[in-house]
Amino acid sequence: MIPGLLLYAVLVMPPVAAWLEGSMVGHMLIQIPLLALAGGLVARGTVGGRRAVFAGFNAGGCPGLLVAVFAAAVWMLPRMLDAALRSPLVELAKLTTVPLLVGVPLALSWPLLPPVARGFVWANLISHAAVLGWLYTVAPSRLCTRYLFDQQATVGVALLIVAMALLVGWGWFVIVGAPIRLWSYDRTRRQLI
Amino acid sequence: MRLRVVLATIAVITAGVATFAAVTDGFRAATSEAAWRLAVAERPHPLPDATLVDQSGRAFRLSALRGRPVLIEFFYTSCPAICGLLASQFQAGFERLIAEPERPEVRLLSVSFDPERDTVMELADYAARLGVDGRIWRVARASYSAELQSLLDAFGVIVLPDGAGGFIHNTAIYLVDAEGRLARIYDPDAAERAIAELGA
Repeated sequence: MIPGLLLYAVLVMPPVAAWLEGSMVGHMLIQIPLLALAGGLVARGTVGGRRAVFAGFNAGGCPGLLVAVFAAAVWMLPRMLDAALRSPLVELAKLTTVPLLVGVPLALSWPLLPPVARGFVWANLISHAAVLGWLYTVAPSRLCTRYLFDQQATVGVALLIVAMALLVGWGWFVIVGAPIRLWSYDRTRRQLI
Repeated sequence: MRLRVVLATIAVITAGVATFAAVTDGFRAATSEAAWRLAVAERPHPLPDATLVDQSGRAFRLSALRGRPVLIEFFYTSCPAICGLLASQFQAGFERLIAEPERPEVRLLSVSFDPERDTVMELADYAARLGVDGRIWRVARASYSAELQSLLDAFGVIVLPDGAGGFIHNTAIYLVDAEGRLARIYDPDAAERAIAELGA
């Protein structure tokens, strides 16, 4: 819970927010995902009893996942990025709803989802990142009026890289049966091996 | 338990679709530019009465153009890219207007958003190159920088320095109706279509 709160506190600091929002990649692919991550970390740190309040409505994780999907879709709209830069109220809405409506429900719902549903989510995430990346790369006009044209193309390339990375990670998980670990930690020997 | 989950799913989908519809003007506008065009088409917007100076050095107010529709574009003379397309569009529209004996009372106005470099002399050169007549088609700059910004804001034109001495800007053709309101926004390659719709 504490790491999530700390991450959130850093992200909402005006200089940090302004720095991340200074570029389209920073705004769309770093700030918003990190806000969701902060919400998710806080949710994972909450006690089980609080989760149980929603558990009856979120058995299987589908409603919670849908909340996260809709909220994320709204904040990925180019006009919402523009609006957040233009209006302090919309910016405030973004800083509160992304952790609460994307990060929290995703963290609480993901463990409840059956493996088939998780695979469906991964497949859609990868395909959408790839298609969006391609669209941003080839779009003839600016989608966000507050960002330069070359930043839009950079977002497109970054989304394609994200799609490739997710594909490799997911493929590894499917084939090997465990997430990619860049290192492993032996708790008994308390050292990196 | 299962009923609660089904009801929760239906409620989330309903709320999600409604929210998405609300922030996209009924699934019609995902970008700010599209939303602005839609808003203008549905409800004409008033404009500030900015003072402009044309290529001959004549000062005039935007309100002086009321009484007939005006097609307006924003540009800067040293633009290496899209402003040239707009200029050629206005040129084609202008030629169509002067060729029509029964032409509609449409006026064309090109407004520079680079008052630093686009002096009256620069505008005069630019106008001469394009064959601007000064009556049907005028090229102008804002007299005061504060008025220029309010004019750009009112039209929804966003101009950002490109870091190389030029500007990145959204490009369109703006129709100001006879009452002096911003009434429609066309694509930058639609000058002739705009004129055709006005009756030429």
